[in-house]
Amino acid sequence: MSKLTSLSEAIHQHVHDGDLVYAAGFTHLIPFAAGHEIIRQGIKNLTLARATPDLIYDQMVAAGCARKVIFSYSGNPGVGSLKWLRDGMQNGSLEWEEYSHFGMISRLQAGASGLPFMPMRQTGALDLEKANPLYRRVADPYGGEDVVVVPALCPDVAIVHVQRADSEGNAHIWGILGEQREAAFAAKRVILTAEEIVDADVIRSDPNRTLIPSLVVSAVCHVPWCAHPSYTQGYYDRDNELYLRWEEISKDEASMQAYLDEWVYGVKDREEYMAKLGEDTRERLKPGVRLSAPVNYGSY
Amino acid sequence: MPEPKYNATELMIINAARLLKDGDQVFVGVGIPNLACNLARRTHAPNLQMIYEAGIIGARPKRLPLSIGDPTLVSGALSVCSMFEVFSLYLQRGNIDVGFLGGAQIDQFGNINATVIGDYAHPKVRLPGSGGSMEIAAWANRCYIITPHQLRRFPARVDFHTSAGFLEGGDARAKTGVRGSGPQAVVTNLGILKPDANGELVLAALHPGCSFEQAQANTGWALKQAEELEVTSAPTEEELRILREELDPQRIYI
Repeated sequence: MSKLTSLSEAIHQHVHDGDLVYAAGFTHLIPFAAGHEIIRQGIKNLTLARATPDLIYDQMVAAGCARKVIFSYSGNPGVGSLKWLRDGMQNGSLEWEEYSHFGMISRLQAGASGLPFMPMRQTGALDLEKANPLYRRVADPYGGEDVVVVPALCPDVAIVHVQRADSEGNAHIWGILGEQREAAFAAKRVILTAEEIVDADVIRSDPNRTLIPSLVVSAVCHVPWCAHPSYTQGYYDRDNELYLRWEEISKDEASMQAYLDEWVYGVKDREEYMAKLGEDTRERLKPGVRLSAPVNYGSY
Repeated sequence: MPEPKYNATELMIINAARLLKDGDQVFVGVGIPNLACNLARRTHAPNLQMIYEAGIIGARPKRLPLSIGDPTLVSGALSVCSMFEVFSLYLQRGNIDVGFLGGAQIDQFGNINATVIGDYAHPKVRLPGSGGSMEIAAWANRCYIITPHQLRRFPARVDFHTSAGFLEGGDARAKTGVRGSGPQAVVTNLGILKPDANGELVLAALHPGCSFEQAQANTGWALKQAEELEVTSAPTEEELRILREELDPQRIYI
């Protein structure tokens, strides 16, 4: 059964005030279009979880959507900081819960596997364990060293962007996989956004690449360029210029508000956003072609 | 022949590259560590393999990656896996030889703070946090730190242990049972610090033209010298050429 719907309808249906949201994607496939739609719909008091909050959560925090963040690296990688998250944590207006990358994705792995928690080896660095009481230690029942454990994370809703999916939500992903799959299996509801909607035959032609199956997907949205200024491998490059300019754009309330007015509130949807971004930028971000060698699954 | 001219960043990259061995499996970040790895690969370590926390094994970037998850790291890589897999199958399992670490503060025993200046609950300055560094510092066989030598970056004690060096020194790290041997060198623009038998960072080498007094003035504890204080050999023209012409022609990092 087709789960195709508009992004605006999917957000309206599945993201509610107070939800724990996991908009997935490690540098790659970050669903900015969905973040912008949440801002436009004025959804509030969200707990925003991501390993790397990135510009998307800085924007959502600045727009007043968030009560709390859960993260493992809150910076603009290689560039600087995420001002609105940093200020919120420094002035006490934003709650936070913090892990290392491995702690964060282990929480999702537990959630995705239906386990109560996930064990990890000790790291010798105790301060984060002390600062975050959800880190615990458990004796190895088989007599080894104590392990560090983190509880399952089961988001109310995960938003996952992919290269292509069929209308039921069976999705192919390639390139950096990050925590896409774990987020989808851990969440109670999943909004899948895709660069392309393809026939089921295309999905079935390469089943090893189907990392997210329809059975965990609640809604499927066709959203080309959903990830800009993040990227989609093989479709468009990361818009590093915007990441480099983020420090300046986000520096104070006036410039941040001007950005949101122009690029979020000032457009109806991602199609308008991309039209506004313009042909030159879209061309600049187009990658060359590098195809993989086909594999023979065999006909049986 | 005149001495080649170079800047502090080039000096640090070149000295970090020289620490890498052929065949090393290196857990690497973007920026300076990435340049050090690519320089080592083009000089003495052609079989070095770069592994990125995003889940990329054996990256062969054609252009200079500008983010930790740059698509150029994927195209032509040996393998791509999930983040959970790269941290568990590669790092936790013990398959990583070298990890690169950075942070706002590094202390006398090589502990790193990348989390917070001041009180954790009421931060004076909130920093990005661990990312992968908590586990890299614990589980890579050896770790290297590359950082400018400045007093504010080298306090005697860090405000927060984001990742473990030798903790309070002595056998404190060994007693935790973590598998990696900890930070083996801190490369700065003045020289190289290495841990002594007690885990304390001591000055092991100076770069040409740099003095112990300069290093001490920029270090927040009474800095000891290694028994045989070495002087690093100056960057060669070939190292500088590869760095400037092949690896970072737009001079984004150098």
